[in-house]
Amino acid sequence: MVSALADAPVAPSPERRDLHDTPTVGDRVFRTVVTGAAWSVLVVLGLIGTFLSLQAWPALHDAGRHFFTVFEWDPDGTGRFGIAAVLAGTVTIALLALVLALPVSLGTALFINEYAPKRLYGALTMLIDLLAAIPSLIFGMWGLTYLQPHLEGTSRWLSDHVGFVPIFSTNRPVFGSSMFVCGLVVALMIVPIITSVTREVLSQAPRATCEAALALGGSRWGMIRRVLLPYGRSGIVGASMLGLGRALGETIAIALILSFNYRITAHVLEPGGGSIAGLIANSFPEAGDAGRHALVAAGLALFVLTLAVNTVARIVVRRSAPSRQVVL
Amino acid sequence: MDLPVTLDHGDLVDPPDAAPVVPTLEARRVGAWFGDHQILEDIDLAMAPNTVTAIIGPSGCGKSTFLRVLNRMHELVPGASLAGEVLLDGTDVYGRGIRPSSTRLHIGMVFQKPNPFPTMSIRENVLSGLKLAGIRRPDHDGLVEQCLTRAGLWNEVKDRLGRPGGALSGGQQQRLCIARSLAVEPRVLLMDEPCSALDPSSTRRIEETIRELGTEVTIVIVTHNMHQAARISDVTAFFLGDQDRPGTIVECGPTTELFSTPNDPRTEDYIQGRFG
Amino acid sequence: MTTAAPVRRRPGGMTHEDVIAGVGAAGLAVVVTAVAFLLTPLAGSFGFVLTAYVLFLALLTIDSRRRLGGVIATDRVASVLVGTCGAVALAALGLILWYVIDRGVPGLHRGFFTKTLDSVGPLDPATDGGAGHAIVGTLEQVGLAALISTPLGILTAVYLSELRGRIAPIIRFFVDSMSGIPSIVAGLFIYTLWVVQLHKGFSGLAAAMALAVLMLPTVARAAEEMLALVPGGLRESALALGSPHWRSVTRIVLPTARSGLATAAILGVARVAGETAPLLMTAFGNDSLNADPTKGAQSSLSLFAYQRIRNALPSEIERGWAAALVLILVVLALFTLARLVAATRKAR
Repeated sequence: MVSALADAPVAPSPERRDLHDTPTVGDRVFRTVVTGAAWSVLVVLGLIGTFLSLQAWPALHDAGRHFFTVFEWDPDGTGRFGIAAVLAGTVTIALLALVLALPVSLGTALFINEYAPKRLYGALTMLIDLLAAIPSLIFGMWGLTYLQPHLEGTSRWLSDHVGFVPIFSTNRPVFGSSMFVCGLVVALMIVPIITSVTREVLSQAPRATCEAALALGGSRWGMIRRVLLPYGRSGIVGASMLGLGRALGETIAIALILSFNYRITAHVLEPGGGSIAGLIANSFPEAGDAGRHALVAAGLALFVLTLAVNTVARIVVRRSAPSRQVVL
Repeated sequence: MDLPVTLDHGDLVDPPDAAPVVPTLEARRVGAWFGDHQILEDIDLAMAPNTVTAIIGPSGCGKSTFLRVLNRMHELVPGASLAGEVLLDGTDVYGRGIRPSSTRLHIGMVFQKPNPFPTMSIRENVLSGLKLAGIRRPDHDGLVEQCLTRAGLWNEVKDRLGRPGGALSGGQQQRLCIARSLAVEPRVLLMDEPCSALDPSSTRRIEETIRELGTEVTIVIVTHNMHQAARISDVTAFFLGDQDRPGTIVECGPTTELFSTPNDPRTEDYIQGRFG
Repeated sequence: MTTAAPVRRRPGGMTHEDVIAGVGAAGLAVVVTAVAFLLTPLAGSFGFVLTAYVLFLALLTIDSRRRLGGVIATDRVASVLVGTCGAVALAALGLILWYVIDRGVPGLHRGFFTKTLDSVGPLDPATDGGAGHAIVGTLEQVGLAALISTPLGILTAVYLSELRGRIAPIIRFFVDSMSGIPSIVAGLFIYTLWVVQLHKGFSGLAAAMALAVLMLPTVARAAEEMLALVPGGLRESALALGSPHWRSVTRIVLPTARSGLATAAILGVARVAGETAPLLMTAFGNDSLNADPTKGAQSSLSLFAYQRIRNALPSEIERGWAAALVLILVVLALFTLARLVAATRKAR
C-alpha cells in the first residue's frame, strides 16, 4: 500500500494557510483602546523611573558616590547627605519584620489550610484579608500609643537577660521609638500577604501525595514537614520576598514610631535608627529645594530596591504556583 | 427493614489450607457515611493471614470507601462517620486511645494513581515511612534493596537510587509506592485499583509482585477487573450498591468457587459482564 | 442474627486523656507562673503570658512524650504552635480594632463631620472644630482616583483576559510588580511630574493621581479574575452569532461580570482610602476647607489624623483618634460592601 501511494502521480499537497481575519472598524478601535490601556501600566512604570531620575539628578550629581556612603542627612544646611544610614535602617527593620512575620504567617497558612475546620475557611481568610485592609496609618498609631508602652518591659527583659546577643544589647536603659517596635508593627502588616501567598502555594500540593504520607503512618505534622513544606519551599521563599518588598517600602508607621538618627546600629531595642521611606515622609514638609531633590533621590533608590525585590519574588512565586497569583 | 440478602460469611472465608486461623483483619458490621449519605451498610469480612482478598463490584458500590475504612483514611474526609468495628489481630482499630497513625503504620495502602513523593529521591521515598513514623532502623541500604526487590523494582533502579521518584515510568512509580509501603513492615497491605492507571505490561508486573507478596503479607485489593481478581486472589468479595442504596456484600468466598459456581444470580450477572 | 445495627460514630478527635492532659498542663503552667511572678521580681502582663505559654508547651511535650512517644508528641506540640500563630494574627486584628474604637469614640461629636480647624486655637477642647474639610478632601481625592483608575484597570483586565495579546504575560507581570511599589514612591512620582515639572502645585487632583497609580494594579488584577469567571461558552456563542469581538465584550462579557467588576473597583478604593504617605507630597494638608480639588493644598482624613497624632496636645491627639476611627469605619464599610456585591453575584 505504501508503494502504491509512492507510485501514484504526486499532487502537491495544499499549502498551509494562516487563519487571519480582517477586523471590522469597531474591532480595530476596540483593540487599540484596550491595548493602549494595557500599555498604560508600562508607561506609568517608565514615567516613575524617568521623573524620579530627572528630579534626583541634581542631588545625585552633587553627592556623587557619597550618596551611598555618607551617614548624614542635611542637604539644605551643610549640603552633606547620603542614604548609608537610612538604607541600613530600612533593611534592618524589614529583615526584623520578616523574621517575626514568617513563622506567624506560615503557621496561620497551615492553620487555615490543614488544621481549622473547613466551615471556618471562608471566615478565616476574610479576617486575614481584613488585616491587610487596615491602613498603615492605623497600624502606626496603634504601634505608637498601644504597643510601644506594652513592649517596654519585654525590651528591658531582652536587654537584661539576652543582652549578650549583640542585637539585644543596649547602651542605655531607654526603650521605645526603636527599630524593634517598628519591626514588630511592620511584621503585623506583612503577615496577610505572606499568609495568603503561602496558602495559595500550599493548597496546590497534590492531595494524593499528602494522603500517601498519612497512609504510611505519618502524623499530620510529619506529613506537613516531610511532604507539604518541601513541596512549597520555593513558593514560601517567594512569599517571604513579597513580604520583604512591602516591609522595605513601609512609610507612615515607621515615620510615626521611629526616632530618627543617622548612625548604623545593631542595637534595635534602643531609640534611633532610620528608614528611607520614613525619612522622606518626615523631612518632606519642611525640606527646601535642595532637600526635596535629595529626598527624591532617596525615593529613587527605594523604588529600584523594592522593584528588584518584588520582581525576583514574583518570578519565584510564579515558578512554584503557575496557575494563579495573589494580589493584595 | 428491607435489607438485601446477605450471607453469613464468617464460615465461608477459610484460608486455602482450610485450617481454622484467626483472621489478621476483620470488618464487623461496618457501615460508613459521608454526612448523611450512607455509603456502606453492615459489611462483615474476614481476611486470613497471608491471603489475597479481592473486592469487586460496579463503580459507586463503596469498595474504595471500605478500603479506606480499614486503615482509618476514611476519617480524613470532613463529615465522615462509621459504625461497627475493624479488628486488627483482634483489636478494634477504632477503639479508644488507638491513634490513626499507628493503625496506618500496620495497615499500608497503595493508591489508584502512583504518588511517589515528588521532592524525594527513590531511596528517600522507600525510607519515607520510617522518617514519617519516627522509626529507627539499622542498615538503611539493606532495607532499601530488600523492599525494592520484593516490589520487583530493584534491578531497574539499583544504579539510580538518588534520582527523583517522579522520573520513573507509571508502572515503576507504582512499584516504588509498593516498596515504600513495605519498608514499614505492615501486617496488611491495601491496594485501591493499583493497576487502573497503568498499561497492560506494567499491570502484569504488578500482578506478579502481588502474587509473590501474597505469601508474606495479607493483601486486600480493590479491582475493577474481574480477570485480575481471578488471577491473583484467594478470596473474592462481591459488593453491590449505588447512589440510592448503600453498598453491601452480595457474596463472598474462595475465588475459584465464586467465579465458577456463584450462589447469587446477581454475582453471576456481574461476572458474566451483564452489568457494572 | 438480628442484633441491633451498630451505633454510628465519628472516628478521630481527641481522647479524654488528651483533653485532661491539655487542660491540666495549661492550668499548671498558669499557677506555676503566677507563683513565680509573686515570689520573684518578674512582672508585666506580656511576660506573664509568654512564660505561662512556654511552660505549657514544655509540660505538654513531657506528658505526651511519656504517654504517646516522640512522633505524636511532636505532632501535638506542632498543632498547638500552628494554632497559636493563627490566634496571634487574629488577636492583632482584634486588638487594633478594639483600640481604635476605644480611643476614637470620645473625640466624635456632631461638629466633627461639619466643622474645620479654621478658628481652633491650641487651648480649645477637642469638641471644638472638626474634620469636615478632611472628609471633603478624602471624598474628592478617592473619588477622582477611582474615576481615573477604574476604567483603566478594567480595560487592562479586558486586554489580559479577552484580547490576550502577545504582551499579555509581560503586562500581567508588571501589573504585579506595580502592586509592590511603595506608596510614598507613587507620591514622589506625582510630585516630580505634576507639582514640579508641570508647575501645578499641591492639589487634591495631584493626590488623586498618586492614589490612582496605587489603585490601578489592584483593580486590574481583581477585574481580570472576575472576567475569568465568565463562562467561555458565552463568549463563543456571541461570536458564533456573528457579533464582532468588541460587541461580544461590551454586550455580553462585561455585563455578565458587572458586579464582579464593581467588587474590583471597591477593593481598589478600600486599598487607597487610608493611604497617607503619598498625600504628604501631593495634597500636602490644610486646616481649612478647600473644596476645589484642582487648586491648592487639601486635607484628607488620613492626613488629618497623621498631623493631629504627631501633636503633643491631648485635644489634638483626641481629634486624631476620632479621624482614625472614621477612617477605619470607612475602610470596613468598603470591605463589607465589596463582599456583599460579590455575594449577590454568586446568589444569582
